[in-house]
Amino acid sequence: MSDCIIIGAGPAGLAGAIACARFGLHVTVLDEFIKPGGRLLGQLHQEPSGEWWNGIKEAERLHQEAIQLSVDIRCGVSVYNLEKEDSCWNVYTNAGTFTAPFVLVATGAAEFPIPVPGWTLPGVMSIGAAQVMTNVHRVQVGKKGIIIGANILAFAILNELQLAGIHVDRIVLPEKSAISQKAGEPEEVLKSLLNAAHLAPSPLLRLGSRFMKNEWFRQLGLRFYPKGGMKVNGTPLQLRKAAIEIIGQHQVEGVKVVDIGVDGTIVPGSEEIYEADFVCIAGGLYPLAELTAVAGCPFQFVPELGGHVPVHSEWMETPLPGLFVAGNITGIESGKIAMAQGTVAGLAIAKHAGKGRNAIDHQIEHAVQHVRNVRASAAIQFNPQIESGRQKMKELWEQEYGSKLNRASEERIG
Amino acid sequence: MKDMSRIIDHPVLGKMPDRKVLEFQFDGHTYQAYENETIAAALLANGIRKLRVHEESGNPRGIYCNIGHCMECRVTVNGQDNVRSCLTVVKEGMVVESGKQLPNIIKRMVEQS
Repeated sequence: MSDCIIIGAGPAGLAGAIACARFGLHVTVLDEFIKPGGRLLGQLHQEPSGEWWNGIKEAERLHQEAIQLSVDIRCGVSVYNLEKEDSCWNVYTNAGTFTAPFVLVATGAAEFPIPVPGWTLPGVMSIGAAQVMTNVHRVQVGKKGIIIGANILAFAILNELQLAGIHVDRIVLPEKSAISQKAGEPEEVLKSLLNAAHLAPSPLLRLGSRFMKNEWFRQLGLRFYPKGGMKVNGTPLQLRKAAIEIIGQHQVEGVKVVDIGVDGTIVPGSEEIYEADFVCIAGGLYPLAELTAVAGCPFQFVPELGGHVPVHSEWMETPLPGLFVAGNITGIESGKIAMAQGTVAGLAIAKHAGKGRNAIDHQIEHAVQHVRNVRASAAIQFNPQIESGRQKMKELWEQEYGSKLNRASEERIG
Repeated sequence: MKDMSRIIDHPVLGKMPDRKVLEFQFDGHTYQAYENETIAAALLANGIRKLRVHEESGNPRGIYCNIGHCMECRVTVNGQDNVRSCLTVVKEGMVVESGKQLPNIIKRMVEQS
């Protein structure tokens, strides 16, 4: 039997495995993908320093370190239920039931789907699907693509597609609807892009960002927004156009697009068809938290964190004894944050398991501080209000569940 | 093996290492794949996007999320139904079949009543 089962072999899960295996705990990591790394696999971007962040290399480094610490990593294993029995957790999978006193749920995030008529045609995929096909499997997703949805993830993956020599014809918005919400409103999209303007997908955006903080300038900017769009890395970003239908007989042949007003309303009679053989829908990410829900963990809706997240402490504990969380399941942030959180969770598990004596508190606090430092120095934020979201969760935990130190000493096992 | 739709050379990730080539079947035709790649990736590399049809309408479907969340890419593998092709590694001699249209018995019963 393992001391700890970790669900998800991404940055949070692997870092968590490494941290608690260093204290001599027997760790099993389960993941349903074909190889470890989670969504590190496929990540590829240039840091402000000019250095390349290659997620595949990072994943390999973590994987090797975990192997050296005798962590048992099992890929191709899908977890479908999580249940407490006496003092242990049962983890139900397609490869049998695993049991351990500690479980770290590091399942990451999933992509928001934005339904568009015709989106079930072969050749339509989520933007993340295109990333994995391109950088992990190294297979071209098509010859000429259109991205629906303008957000940070879409720009990052646009760049990755271009690096691999795949032509993305344009980026348009989804039609404004109850599901697309702000993603279908040019003014709201521009506002969110300006928060990341230092990322500079376009010098124009970067220059304009200071003025555009003012609402009047923003409206003016959008009213005179070029019909053909502004170029992001050479690809037109058409904030005043929305996709209303993806067309094709047996697979994608094109996208029907209309002009839209500043608030997303359709301009009548403005329909055009752009040819494409693949379409990527970029709806953004939300925490993939179902397993903690079936385990009975309380949830809180925190929009800044990306939606409903399991209630957790800064030490990555949940209110359920023995159940921990780390990574994007706690809020949408970068892989570096997930890694730092995984380390916190691994150390906290070691402490709950009675390891490390007094020195471990100091180590955990140090690791928590490291998460804050990584966040403060991050070049991009998926949500600019992330800090306030984290603060809300911290306050909620302190109000509802009291001091983490007390909990840890009361429930120490072994 | 034809590598037209594969990304062999990449300016940052480098050149793909040489991999073992294997053969598998999809809907009765034989295709080539590389060892350790998923069924979905191997089929797309062979120009195949359509992995199944909607069980009732018969409309074509392919991959959507490519990481096991959406279930759109399910195929039959060596007789086993509803296998996610994006999470399943292709093996030598594997027999893969696309998902087919099925009779909707309950709907027909409702229509007749």
